[in-house]
Amino acid sequence: MILHQFIDFEVLRVIWWLLLGVLLTGFALTDGFDLGVGTLLPFVAKTDVERRVAINTIGPVWEGNQVWFILGGGAIFAAWPPLYAVSFSGFYLAMFLILAALILRPVGFKYRSKRESQTWRTSWDWALFVGGFVPALVFGVAMGNVLQGVPFRLTEDLLPIYEGSFFGLLNPYAILAGLVSVSMLVMHGAAWLVLKTEGIVAHRARIFGTYAALATIVTFVLAGLWMAAGIDAYAFVGEVATDGPSNPLMSEVTKGGSWMAAYATRPWIAIAPILGLAGAALAFVGFRAGKEGWTMLASKLSITGIIASVGLTMFPFILPSSIDPKSSLTVWDSSSSHLTLFVMLVSAVIFVPLILAYTAWVYKVLWGKVTTESVIENSDSVY
Amino acid sequence: MELDIVELSRLQFAMTAMYHFLFVPLTLGLSVIVAIMETVYVMTNRPIWRQMTKFWATLFGINFVLGVATGLTMEFQFGMNWSYYSHYVGDIFGAPLAIEGLMAFFLEATFVGLMFFGWDKMSKVTHAVVTWLVAIGSNFSALWILIANGWMQNPVGAEFNPMSMRMEMTSFFEVMFNEVAQAKFVHAVSAGYVTASVFVLGVSAWYLLKGRHTELARRSIAVAASFGLASALSVVILGDESGYSATHTQKMKLAAIEGMWETHEAPAPFNLVGVPDREARETQFAVKIPFVMGLIGTRSLNNEMPGINELVKEAEDRIRNGIIAYDALMQIRAAKGDATPEMTAQFEAHSEDLGFAFLLKRYVEDPRLATEEQIVMASGDTVPGVLPLFWAFRIMVVLGFAFIALLAYFFVRASFYGMRFPRWALRAAVIVIPTPWIAAEMGWFVAEFGRQPWTVDGVLPTALSVSHLSVTQVAITLAGFVALYSTLFIIEMGLMVKYIRKGPYMDVAETDAWTKRHEEQLKCSGNGGNANVQPAE
Repeated sequence: MILHQFIDFEVLRVIWWLLLGVLLTGFALTDGFDLGVGTLLPFVAKTDVERRVAINTIGPVWEGNQVWFILGGGAIFAAWPPLYAVSFSGFYLAMFLILAALILRPVGFKYRSKRESQTWRTSWDWALFVGGFVPALVFGVAMGNVLQGVPFRLTEDLLPIYEGSFFGLLNPYAILAGLVSVSMLVMHGAAWLVLKTEGIVAHRARIFGTYAALATIVTFVLAGLWMAAGIDAYAFVGEVATDGPSNPLMSEVTKGGSWMAAYATRPWIAIAPILGLAGAALAFVGFRAGKEGWTMLASKLSITGIIASVGLTMFPFILPSSIDPKSSLTVWDSSSSHLTLFVMLVSAVIFVPLILAYTAWVYKVLWGKVTTESVIENSDSVY
Repeated sequence: MELDIVELSRLQFAMTAMYHFLFVPLTLGLSVIVAIMETVYVMTNRPIWRQMTKFWATLFGINFVLGVATGLTMEFQFGMNWSYYSHYVGDIFGAPLAIEGLMAFFLEATFVGLMFFGWDKMSKVTHAVVTWLVAIGSNFSALWILIANGWMQNPVGAEFNPMSMRMEMTSFFEVMFNEVAQAKFVHAVSAGYVTASVFVLGVSAWYLLKGRHTELARRSIAVAASFGLASALSVVILGDESGYSATHTQKMKLAAIEGMWETHEAPAPFNLVGVPDREARETQFAVKIPFVMGLIGTRSLNNEMPGINELVKEAEDRIRNGIIAYDALMQIRAAKGDATPEMTAQFEAHSEDLGFAFLLKRYVEDPRLATEEQIVMASGDTVPGVLPLFWAFRIMVVLGFAFIALLAYFFVRASFYGMRFPRWALRAAVIVIPTPWIAAEMGWFVAEFGRQPWTVDGVLPTALSVSHLSVTQVAITLAGFVALYSTLFIIEMGLMVKYIRKGPYMDVAETDAWTKRHEEQLKCSGNGGNANVQPAE
């Protein structure tokens, strides 16, 4: 195969860094509202029928949405193997928590309404809450840790060794980042519920959504200020080969200074946090004004901006090491080989547009509100 | 503590993977069976076929969701528990997993929601297309997973890069069209079809025994028996193909499955039963059938098949070669980018056996310092557990042939005896419901346990593949998975039984209306007396 030589290795690396962002954003925009609805479920819906209405807004789509998460895992494995190896083994118990919570979720959707018992249904409602809230929180906590650097080092053989503990992950800054994540996903879930339901569920969702949008703004600003003032950044020492072999140990990295330096060298990236804040502010207004469609769109913009802020601020760093900066994973030294990145790009170019097209078609078919009447009428077939 | 981190991690992987595969075969097969039923509905317009479609789809859904839930673990646990493996071969192994997501899993998961909730939202034909897309998605999913797994058995299209200390892809084409992967794919998918067919057959037989839903049950048996029979034949044929490709890709696995210690002159006999004894290095109480092994393995009467003892000798040579490769690799690494051509040449000449040097890491930190005794011990490690392989394989094969007999019997009764089945046969069909799962799990056991001591055959030993975790961490998650999975399994079985007992949802008014319309049509076209045209009930 020589075709891959037509695209430079470093270009492919940047493309895959962007695609990593696209996948994470795709996950947050689609599965994100599922997580938000799960978190909101016990609070916006009180009776069984109300809960079934809320669940059935995501009933037909959560499976497809969740694939963004699975594909995220697969794409990190394929395009950034060291990231896959270091992060998932390092965050071992946190990953287990996420998996356990996410495993409860599909089962909860599918099995909840298959028995009449109230205890059965209430138990699954709480399982759905856990399946929404825990991943939303842990994803944010993980992001918070990534920004600070993670205590791992690579041996000469490139075996990742993680020296931190599970509770070390729960440091104050990371928890703040977790709150950003929960706030924005609850905002997103509320926007979805307002769009897809009516009556009391939509009314409660509107109230929760308003507060969540506000909380997104406050926590995101706090996290930004804290990062500017108190979080050490990472930087390469000297020139670095952008098309060299994927071996993180070949470059020198120092810890120190502020991530804000990125905004001095690349001022245009400020658009990301501005989008994050403006989107949340618009969603806040949208919730209050009852503009369902606009609120959803604003919420999407906000999430995109917030995720992009983390990525753009840290570029080219992906996963810095706090105890051995030299081991840090960056765009230039922790990708797959030239050929694999190319093959993966070709598959993505073929399949991503297809996926977007049929997903859009499915949402179109399912367009419209889920009503109490429709749930009662189809009681046997819906969730 | 008896178990070390490697064994605990293996246990966890085996547990989660085998548990995942309790749900996958039924998903693979039932998705196709449901799609076939719905196609018949679209073509004939008979309500009974829609009721069948909806009934089996309900059971499909209960099963599917656990396949999805447990599949999450599969996607992430390579990184969690096998981080050195992930680093070392992620460049090749990750690609099929990601393509699986792009090409197959999105298709399956996006449309499965519509399959359940879209009945009133689209035309009949469109809905049937949606159901087929779910089936196609599930089956493509299996394709890419088996391409990934096939590469672990037969690592083609890749080479070691000393600069990045890992295997890197040299040909995607070779990885994709790996002969092992292709044979395994059809074998595994067909096994899924057989599983679902035996399941549909057994549940329908139970209805017939109880005298319930007989029309649905008879038609379901007709579909299951014909589809299942074709699949059962395919399982055996492609299983044989897998065995044949193993004669040049995984000789040790094949010799272990056969309990064949010494190289036998061609054509080798087949050990029908026996007790492989590792200490004595022979298979006790063996009942041999002359010629058969040679025929299966080499498809000839004059090609020899190596026994375990000869393969261990070969491994010893490869370990020595591997040490030379390892030595060159260390020199290249110490030179930090200024490797001399001699170093590179030395490495390239022996790099194929680098993985064998890693087998020594179990005994000595630096393979170059290994003693003669350690080299011999490491070569002995290349023999997987012969006794369990020998018997797991035989259980799988016996079951495979039994499925052919069972499905052929029901096929004949359904086709030529007017769908009348004796009660003993129906009872047998109910009793054997769990056996396809046993066969499928045995199959995976043979494939993966037989690959030991390697994660990637000849490239990376299992002992080196694990993450740097503590025993406590893995013990916690193992206990967590066991608790979570057991609970879900009990819940799932409970719901399956509940929905099977409940039976299909029959819309009597609709069926009556259809029958009436059908009869009128028959009268109009003058076919009223034609006995071959039977209205549905």
